Order: sequence, then structure tokens, then C-alpha cells
Amino acid sequence: MLTVLLILIPLVAGLVTFGLKGSGPKTLALIASVASLAVTVGALFQYRTAPESVQFSASWIPQLGARFSVGLDGMGMMLCLLTAISFLLIFVVIYGRNYERSNSFYGLMLLSQAGLTGVFTAYDAMLFYVFWELALIPVYFLCSLWGGEKRIPVTFKFFVYTFTGSLLMLVGIIYIYLQSPDKSFSYASFTAGNIDAHTQSWLFWLFFAAFAIKMPIFPFHTWQPDTYEQSPTPVTMVLSGIMVKMGLFGVMRWLLPVLPKGADMWSDAAIVLSIIGIVYASCIAIVQSDFKRLIAYSSIAHIGLMSAAIFANNEQSLQGVLIQLFNHGINIIGLWIIVEIIQDRLKVKNLNDLGGIAQYAPRMAIFLVIISLANIGLPLTNGFIGEFLMFSGLFQFNPWFMAVAGLGIILAAVYTLNMVQKVIFGQSNQLTETTTDLKGNEVLVLSVIVVLIIALGVYPKPMLDLVSSTTELVNKVY
Amino acid sequence: MNALIFTALSGVVMMFAGLFVRNKQHIKFIAIAALLITFGANLAELSTIAAGSRTVYGMITISNFSILFNAVAFGATLLYFMLSGSAFEKVGEHVSDYFALIFFILSGITLAASFSSLLMLFLAIEIMSIPQYILAGSNKKNPKSNEASLKYFLMGSFSTGILLMGITLIYGATGTFNISELGLGEGEVSPLALCGIILLAFALSFKVSAAPFHFWTPDVYDGSPSVFTSFMATVVKAGGFIAFIRIFHIAFAGGALSAHWQLLLSIITAVTLIIGNFTAVFQQSVKRMLAYSSIAQAGFMLLSVIALNDMATKGIILYAAAYSVATIGVFAVLIKLKDYTFDGFNGLARTQPLLAVTTTIFLFSLAGIPLTAGFFAKYFVLTAAVQQGNLLWLVIVAVLCAAISVYYYFRVIIAMFFKQGEPQTSEITGGFKFMLVLTAAIVIILGVFPGLLLQFI
Repeated sequence: MLTVLLILIPLVAGLVTFGLKGSGPKTLALIASVASLAVTVGALFQYRTAPESVQFSASWIPQLGARFSVGLDGMGMMLCLLTAISFLLIFVVIYGRNYERSNSFYGLMLLSQAGLTGVFTAYDAMLFYVFWELALIPVYFLCSLWGGEKRIPVTFKFFVYTFTGSLLMLVGIIYIYLQSPDKSFSYASFTAGNIDAHTQSWLFWLFFAAFAIKMPIFPFHTWQPDTYEQSPTPVTMVLSGIMVKMGLFGVMRWLLPVLPKGADMWSDAAIVLSIIGIVYASCIAIVQSDFKRLIAYSSIAHIGLMSAAIFANNEQSLQGVLIQLFNHGINIIGLWIIVEIIQDRLKVKNLNDLGGIAQYAPRMAIFLVIISLANIGLPLTNGFIGEFLMFSGLFQFNPWFMAVAGLGIILAAVYTLNMVQKVIFGQSNQLTETTTDLKGNEVLVLSVIVVLIIALGVYPKPMLDLVSSTTELVNKVY
Repeated sequence: MNALIFTALSGVVMMFAGLFVRNKQHIKFIAIAALLITFGANLAELSTIAAGSRTVYGMITISNFSILFNAVAFGATLLYFMLSGSAFEKVGEHVSDYFALIFFILSGITLAASFSSLLMLFLAIEIMSIPQYILAGSNKKNPKSNEASLKYFLMGSFSTGILLMGITLIYGATGTFNISELGLGEGEVSPLALCGIILLAFALSFKVSAAPFHFWTPDVYDGSPSVFTSFMATVVKAGGFIAFIRIFHIAFAGGALSAHWQLLLSIITAVTLIIGNFTAVFQQSVKRMLAYSSIAQAGFMLLSVIALNDMATKGIILYAAAYSVATIGVFAVLIKLKDYTFDGFNGLARTQPLLAVTTTIFLFSLAGIPLTAGFFAKYFVLTAAVQQGNLLWLVIVAVLCAAISVYYYFRVIIAMFFKQGEPQTSEITGGFKFMLVLTAAIVIILGVFPGLLLQFI
């Protein structure tokens, strides 16, 4: 039941929020996100003591064999935790801001949280598809209503891109459904494995299209930098911190176990695409002068590595991906929060207009440095352990892949440190002299992020334990 | 049988109502009451044919399927009367006649859902078509309306001729009009009958505006008074499809025969989907866009004609319901606007938030976004086509076209929510708002629990 509650809290709160006025929406959003986090933590404890108790299944469309089945495994648990934490952090950071039509803004934010949680918990392919689409709609409106100047064409492109991918996946789902022995959408019958290798090889691409667009993997990534740049920063945090995880999650939940032979057949192709993405995006990130676009491209590079590791598909690489799902979310949200703060104070996002902020906002500078180092994956930060495992897994799969992908680390250091240097060091100018340091709520949020970064970097064991059940599950199919 | 009798009687009642009732509001209430009675009488028949079906003089067969389809058509018409019935007055003086014509169309539709003889098929198509020619030209002072009527009439008669010729050839090959006794699916394929089937396919494609027989659609839908376009593009089109699917599934299925017309219809479907969707993208008027969108949606419904399985028959009912309700909703809002271009919708979300939100729900349904009725409708026809086998290419074409359809449906949403403007609307009453919310609720309820409708099939 707790799992259902996880979806219901943001859903109901979101719908109620539309009817509120004044400071009601942001207060309710904050309360709802605290409640979600509390329920998630409750579910975590329940999951550790009795894993079956977090599963829930009810009849939905009996004529089709679709059921409302939700549940949590290690991976789902962790992503729900990430979702709950991220939304809480986002709501705390933007508490001081005043959005036009804030009731719609917070309402849509909460609805997107409900959709995302649904995606991470669905154990029925039809339900998964419904949530998959549902998470997209609020984000579309959020970007289009509160985004930058070019928001309308950009978010529209984003929507059409992802919708096309989803529809292809729908065809795949229908096909597998018709092959399933008991004509149902349940996870068990989808993973029953009665699809022959030839069919799997083309079904693979239908699913891969949807997930690759969402992640995004080269060459399906063209919507992403524009969308991240044009979206209001809180939405960018949702997009880059959580929503891209939908693609990776989709591969691990609905592609590898459902079409193991297809995935095996095409893993080289998928890894090559991912690795091209890493190198390509890193190179573009180096020459970016726009703060938001730089982080967007850096995100493509990081996701590329995770995707390559997933398709390498051995225990180490999957473990690495699973904990990186969480850590990347935390780190990138940290970076976006700093972007949001700088943009809010100085109204610029061009790196060349910035500089010398460290003198005027030392606390912000410290946080930026720590989060950036975690983004590179320095040892003792949370980024390290995941990247290490992923590279190690990729090496086992094919050393050459690992060697090329490894360029990503070096390039990441180049663009990240370059960015840090341009933003906080160097000469200050008239504009950056006016920077004020962090406020209480901002310090609080960034401290939480930094504590998570260091704690999980030094002692990742609880996280690894949590996800171990999933890696076993994915591997078992082979 | 009840449905047929009551719709025909209601039509006559409405004609006389025009003589005795002067108040146009009252005429609308009489029409709604008559439709409610018809709706009830139709459902009452469900219990009398507990299982199987009942054939009347070898001419019509009443089954669960036909009664359910009638219920969908009547339900959609009921919503249409309540949402747009008041707009009839703006078209011309003879409000009661318009209602009467719509009831006659409905009796054609009930016939289409239950014919068991080719003669009845012909009658059904004609009864559906002739009142439409009149409705298309009902705005007598507008040359575009006259043009629409004439165009529709000429082209429609031509296709009726083809339909008759097809029926003749099939009769020549088999010696019977009874669709369950034709036996065309058994044994060798008779070339004569095949010619007849192809002519029938062309004629019916014309009636449901499938490409390349769709050229009348944009002009007729655009020229006719919007309030009647709304009905022609939805319930009547669904009626055409029910005739299409019944004749092909019952009479022409089986053996080597299916493969012949399935190939032909696959090509027609692909062309319809592509032309409908691509042309809709370039429209500047929302009304014309909806005309092309109706062609595109016809492409989806054609999938269920090609797929010879249970999913297809369920799918067509769900599709008819989802598509009709959503399109009637969009048209109801469109009628209230002064400017039919996309720019006419600019800023509607600020001036009339309720209209904008409900229109968004209808457009989501047309685009096939989950949790709206349109999603499950598309899901069913796609599943039917995948299950048929060999049609995967068509399914991929269909989903790519569905992705394109997002472009033109979302242009309306973008105009309403993200652009600035002061849209001119005629007066919006509380009752209209209530009906809009109700219609949107139906779209969402069917989208979350399609089982509510499917359990009857």
C-alpha cells in the first residue's frame, strides 16, 4: 500500500494545488514533498524487512489483462528515493521565488512527480506506458509556460521526439503482449522469455528508440540541450536529475530482462552509440560558453557512460550504473541549483560574463567546487565509486570500449574545471561584484547535497546492498 | 429493431414539432427527450436477445454488437444535441427540420449496424447520406454552404452508383443478397465477386473519406455550417465504418479472398494516414484542420476493417465512441469562437480557462495520449492490426502518423496556452460549461477504465 501512497500523495496534492491561491501552492508542495519523502523512507524500511509487503496489485482492465501492479525492488526503491529527495530539495530552493500563476506551476510539478514515481514502480507494461507518457505532459506545459524565449518550438520538438519514441515502444509492447502465454501485461509474463531470437532482434529497436530518445543517446539527443537551456531551472532539474533516469531505468526493467537475446545481439551497436555520445558531447561541452548548455552536454556524456555500462551488462557495470543513477541525480541537481542561484542574482548565463564570484560569495564557491569535483568523479566523492564500477565492467566486456569511453573522464575534467574557473575565479566584473552569498534555504539544500556526496563517496555500501537484488535479477535472465 | 423504429418515429415527430412549437428552445428539449427515449428503447432490447442475435425477415440482424453501437451513436448524438443544439438556431429558421434530418441519419446508422442483406446496406448508406446533403446546404445564404451541398451530392451520388454496381456484381456471382449466405470466402476466388468487392470497397471508402476518395471532405466539412460538420465528421462517419467493417468481416472474410482486399485496403489505409496527417499540418483554419484530422482518424479506423479479429470489432466501437465524443467537444468550442483560424484560439486559456482545459483534453484524446479514451481506441486498433500479422509495416506507418498528428493538435494547445491574444467568443452559458466538463469527464473516464464500455461486448 505504501507504494500506492507514493503515487497518490503528489497526484492528489498536485490536483488540489491547482485550486489554491497566494502562498498556498508552494506551502502545499513543500508539505507534499516532505510527506512523499517520509513515505519513501517508510517504504525503504518496510522493503528491507519484508520485500513482498511493498508490492500491490489490483484489477484494472480485465478485458485486456492489464492490472494496476506497482511494487519496488532495489532499483525502483532507489529511484523513488531520488525522486522524493530531489523534489523536496527543488521546492526548498525555489521557496523564495514567486512564479506567475504559481498554482499551475506547483500543480504541474507535483503531477510530474506522480508520473515519475509511477514509472519507477510500475510492474505492468500497460501501466508503465501510461505513466511514461503521463510524466511527459506536465513537463511539457511547465517548459512551455515558464521557459525562455524560444521555449515553444523547443519544448514542442522535445515532446514530438519523445512521443514518437513512446509510440514505437507501444508497438513493441503490443507485440510482446500478443506473444505472452496468458495475454497479460504483467512483468512476469513479459519476462517469460518465449520470444525467438529473430523477433527479439527487431523488437529491441522499438524499445531502444523510446529509451534512447529519453536518455538521450547520440544521435537522438538533439532535443536535449535546447530543452535544458530553455526550461525554467527547477524543471531542468527534474528533467536532468530524474527524467533522464526513466530511459536508463526503462532499459534495465523493460529491455534487458524482456528481450535478453535482442539486447545481447545489439549490445555492441548500443555501446558504440553511447560512447560516440560521450566523446562528442564532452567535446561540445568544452567549447560551450552558455552555463546551462555546458551542463546539458555534460549530462549527455554522463548518461552515455551509464548507457554503455548497462549494455555491457555484467554485474559490476550494472552495480555501477545503479548507484550512479542516484549519484548523478544528486550531483546534477546540485549544479543546477547553483546555476539557478547565479541566474536569479545576476540574470546572465554566459560564462564569459561571469568571474570572480569566489570573492563575493565564498560559500557558493565552495559548494560549486565540491559538486563539480563529484561531477568529475574524484575519489571520496559519490561520483567516483559508480564510475569506477562502470569502467571496470566495461573493461571486462571489451577493453577498447573502455579505453575510448575513458576519454570522457579526462574531457569531463577539462570542461568542468574550466567552468569552475570561469565562474568563481578570475577577474570579477561590475556585474559579478554585486553577487550576494547564499541564503539560509540555499545553504541548507546545498549542504544536504554535499553531505550526500561525501557520505556516499566514503561509504557506498548501503547503496550497493540496496541495489544488489536488482543486478541479480537482471543477470539471472542470461 | 426498437432503435430503427424509434429513430424514424422521432424524425417524424420532429417534423411536426416545427408546425406546433414556436419556441426553438422547446424544440431542442423535445429532440433531446426523443433521443433519450430512443436510447432507452434501444438498450431495452438488449435483454430480449439474451444470447446470439435475432434476424428480422432476413433483412436485418439485431445483435449485442449492433445494439451497443447504436447506444454509442445515440450517446454521442445526445452529447452533441446538448452541447451544440442551441447553435442550430444560428444556421436558419427551420430548427425542427434539422433535428428531424439528424434523426433520419440516425435511423440510417442503426440500419448500418444491423443489416444482413446487401439491399439493406444500400438503404442504410443512402438514408445516412441524403439528409447530409441537405444539412450541408442548410445555410442557404452562404455560397460556400451551397457549394458544399452540391459537391457532396454529386460526388455522393457517383459513389452510390459504384456501390450499386458492386452489389450487382456480387449478386451476379452468388445469386443472393444475404450477407451470411454469400459464401465468398470458401473455395476459389470468383473474379466477378472480387470486382464487386473492390467496387464496394471504393464506394465505402468514399463514404468514410479514405484517400484517394477524400477530396470532397475538406470542402464539404469546411463549407457546411460548423454545427453540422461536427455531426457529419463524427457519428455519421462512425456509421459508415460500422457498415464497412460488418460487410467485410461477415461476408468477405476467409480463405484466399481476404488477402486480395486486405492488400488493397492496406494501401488505402496507408495513403489515408499519410495524406490526412501531412495535409492537416499545413492548414491555417482549425475547422479545415479538423476535416483533415477526420481523414487521418479514418485511416486508423480502417486498420480495424483490415484486421479480421475480435479486437478489431471491439476497437471500432471504442474508436467510434472516443473519436466522436472528442471531436464533438472540439467543435462545440470552435462554434463558440468568432475566428476559426489557429490565431483565433490565441490566449483562450486566459479568457476562458475552462474551455481551454476541456479542449486540451479532447485534443489529447484525438492524439491518443494515455488516460484519455483516444489512447485505448488507438491501442485496440493497433493491437488488432498487429495480431493480424503481416501488417507490421502498416502499424509502424500508423504510429509515425500519430506522432505527426501531435503537431497539428498541439498547435491549438500552443495557441490557447502559450500565445497572447483576446479571442472573441459568443456568450458561454453555465449549462454549456457543465456539458463540456461532462464530456471531458467521459473522455477521461473511458480513458482510465475502458472496461466500462468493453464489458458489454
